[in-house]
Amino acid sequence: MRIKTLIAGLAMTTALTVPGLAMARPITLTTTLKNYGGNGAYLALYVTDASGAYKGTLWVAGSKSKYYSHLSGWERASRGNVAGINGITGASVGAGRTLKVTVDLADALFDAGYKLHIDVAAEDMRDSPSEVVVPLTTAGAGRPMAGRSYIQTFTYGM
Amino acid sequence: MVRWIHKVLALTVVIPLMVLVISGSGLSVMPALDRAGSISRPADGISIAELAGRTAGITPGVEQIKRLPSGKVVAFYAGTDGPAAMVVVDPSSGEPVSTYAPSAFERWMTNLHRSFFLGDGGRMAAGAAAFALLVLTLSGLQMTARRMGGWARLLDRSRGSVMERLHADLGRLAMPGLIVSTLTALFLSLTTFGVIPDGQSQAPAFPTMAQGGPALPVDQIDALRGIDLSQLRELTFPNPADPTDFFRLTTAAGEGYVDPVSGALLAWQNHTVGRQIYEFIYRMHTGRGLWWVGVLLGLSALGVPVLGVTGTGLWWKRRRAHAPIAANVPAKTADTVVLVGSEGGSTWGFARTLHAALTAKGHTVHTVAMDSVARSYPAAKRMFLLTSTHGDGTAPASAGAFLERLDGIGAPPSFRFAVLGFGDRQFPQFCRFARDVDAALTQRGWTSLLPLETIDRQCPQEFARWGKSLSAVMGEDLVLAHVPERPRTHALTLIERIDYGTEVQAPTCVLRFALPGSSLLTRLAGRGWPQFSAGDLLAIVPPGDTLPRYYSLASSARDAFVEICVRKHPGGLCSGLLHGLRPGDRVEAFVKANPSFRPVQGRKPIILIGAGTGIGPLAGFIRANRGRRPLHLYFGGRDPASDFLYEREIQGWLDDRRLTSLSTVFSRVRGGGYVQDRLRADSDRLRTLIGAGAQVLVCGGRGMAAGVKEALTDLLVPTGLTPGLLKDEGRYLEDVY
Repeated sequence: MRIKTLIAGLAMTTALTVPGLAMARPITLTTTLKNYGGNGAYLALYVTDASGAYKGTLWVAGSKSKYYSHLSGWERASRGNVAGINGITGASVGAGRTLKVTVDLADALFDAGYKLHIDVAAEDMRDSPSEVVVPLTTAGAGRPMAGRSYIQTFTYGM
Repeated sequence: MVRWIHKVLALTVVIPLMVLVISGSGLSVMPALDRAGSISRPADGISIAELAGRTAGITPGVEQIKRLPSGKVVAFYAGTDGPAAMVVVDPSSGEPVSTYAPSAFERWMTNLHRSFFLGDGGRMAAGAAAFALLVLTLSGLQMTARRMGGWARLLDRSRGSVMERLHADLGRLAMPGLIVSTLTALFLSLTTFGVIPDGQSQAPAFPTMAQGGPALPVDQIDALRGIDLSQLRELTFPNPADPTDFFRLTTAAGEGYVDPVSGALLAWQNHTVGRQIYEFIYRMHTGRGLWWVGVLLGLSALGVPVLGVTGTGLWWKRRRAHAPIAANVPAKTADTVVLVGSEGGSTWGFARTLHAALTAKGHTVHTVAMDSVARSYPAAKRMFLLTSTHGDGTAPASAGAFLERLDGIGAPPSFRFAVLGFGDRQFPQFCRFARDVDAALTQRGWTSLLPLETIDRQCPQEFARWGKSLSAVMGEDLVLAHVPERPRTHALTLIERIDYGTEVQAPTCVLRFALPGSSLLTRLAGRGWPQFSAGDLLAIVPPGDTLPRYYSLASSARDAFVEICVRKHPGGLCSGLLHGLRPGDRVEAFVKANPSFRPVQGRKPIILIGAGTGIGPLAGFIRANRGRRPLHLYFGGRDPASDFLYEREIQGWLDDRRLTSLSTVFSRVRGGGYVQDRLRADSDRLRTLIGAGAQVLVCGGRGMAAGVKEALTDLLVPTGLTPGLLKDEGRYLEDVY
């Protein structure tokens, strides 16, 4: 289990202007992986707007950038711009383990059609772009959901 | 130095190395198993479009199709649980064949093999261990070549105890595989840490949106129709929820996108040379797609644990044999210096005895090899130089640079010296090097404590006598009781004897002993009866005596008996003992290798020349000539009716062509002569044979050998060759007694 608090959070990596911290709130992202029987998984958590345009990256689990091409949805959305992820990367997540990250998200991101995506890939297994796609809503907070292949439950809580 | 590196490295990394090679050989069989279990062999003449169309037609919702290096085609489906959605597909029909589940055992083994389950730190350790194994392989190779007598002889038969041979043979056998494994491992390790680029170039940029429209059926997409299935690595279908998405295609040649509407290839990018090199090396290391490489590398790796065990055993044996000298005082403070010149190590045994005796009398003694002589010994009162002589009167191994180093020592020292030479009186250059050293020191004005003394064939009595003279000049009571170390002996039981020569006053008998049996355990420990070839020496130790007597072996291990040929000498202790043996009697004996007297490898003819018991090893060579190489024997005796040794066997060998020709000569018959006379009479033939590259092997008494050499010198004059020149090429060998 890992916990990381990002004060700046999305504000740093997105085109959205956030007037001040007063208008942001800490959100805890909890991702629990299935026992999929493979080596540690790489994950990318990122946000797109209603039209599907990339807005920014919240977290990347996995430190060797040469494997990022397997997170194809994220790489495609971000146009391979991995320069902006300094300070928001951590180790890969083992099967059956939980990744817990706390980030400060602007209030304006909620209930405005923004979606949170998670791409997952593990060595010698299938790549799973957009394993989870969940709209960011205040009502959806705390409601667990499952991914397609690797993610047992994903929850974002305020 | 090389030996030191080999030893220290091996002892340091033995445990991680065992983990690496055992897991590695376990993994090596996976590609072969995978291939054997693969129902869906790569089908010929199927395009990627056909495969994708069939697969998607039978089971809709395909997200990705991969062709594994084994040729297996795996399809991934959406909507179900991860691993369960992986299916092996029959490429010719597109039918699912079985669920694809990567082996958990293989994954576990892979992680153990590449990182010891320790993440990046473990990966570094595994890389370092691979490097260590490469150094061990190369240093081992170098040592083997040196032991065999040069790189050209690297593939010759190995010698020594079972353990030594096992170590050398297995090492040579595993060497190519280990070099490939370790070099590729190092490459992979360095790419993991980014030291070497792996050529995994940035993925091609996602193409800008194409014109929208209805997607083509996958089997009608041109870009996919043009590529054979065997080229496929990965095909990812467009996300059905995203109309702007493309196929993503990776083949053996490159990667890019395919427009599902137009069917065109977009943003294609060929693999870089770097990536192709990386993939080739990756395959060589893992055997993925090259199953037979995997099996070969795995077998080579399996040799490493055995090499580890035998190597440790050899190191332990060596360590015991070369134990450091007790109470060895530094050069600066020693009142007595003992310098040792030794080839095989026996002179060190005497030096140890001297060292211990002097130390017991309260002296501070410094004992080193002659090559380690210091420029000065400030506290020394006396120096002893104990040295053997190598070959034709040259310095032994530990004294090769001594005379040169002597020049570095300026004025004669204040202490006195005594030289003690070790050798064998049967050789003309008996103690030659000891005499040279004594002369060199005298010439430089050093003062002698005792005149030069010599010890014949490690005789303990002579050594003790020298100790008495030493006691007299030193005014102390030194007792030098040396018991020479000798190899473990085995009891040989006589099974047969044939007597010759009694009528001509040359009683000679051919003695055949049973091969002593030894258990596998004692053989592995190097304590069994060793391998031996004709021409090696059998050392017989008479009861109550410490000194062995040597006889040339007339048989090889393959003959399954031990045979020697012994002439009885008047008053000879050992030959008398042997001549008194009856079948069933036993003697204590061991084998001493004599690699300098044996036929060279190849098919060139060999001329064997022997007189009297000298025929022993030659008969052994003929008996071992199962390849029917041309052998020509010249034999000299006294009377064909009495001492024609091996007469009956020789007839048999001529019949089955192990022996090509026989020329005999006898001295006590009318018109008779010696073997050298027979050679002169055959001059033309011998010149032809030697001109054709024949090797000459001479065995017999000293006088006969000199006569043979003279005859050959004369008859070779027209060819410009001499026995000396032939000797330099290893084509003229003598075993003289």
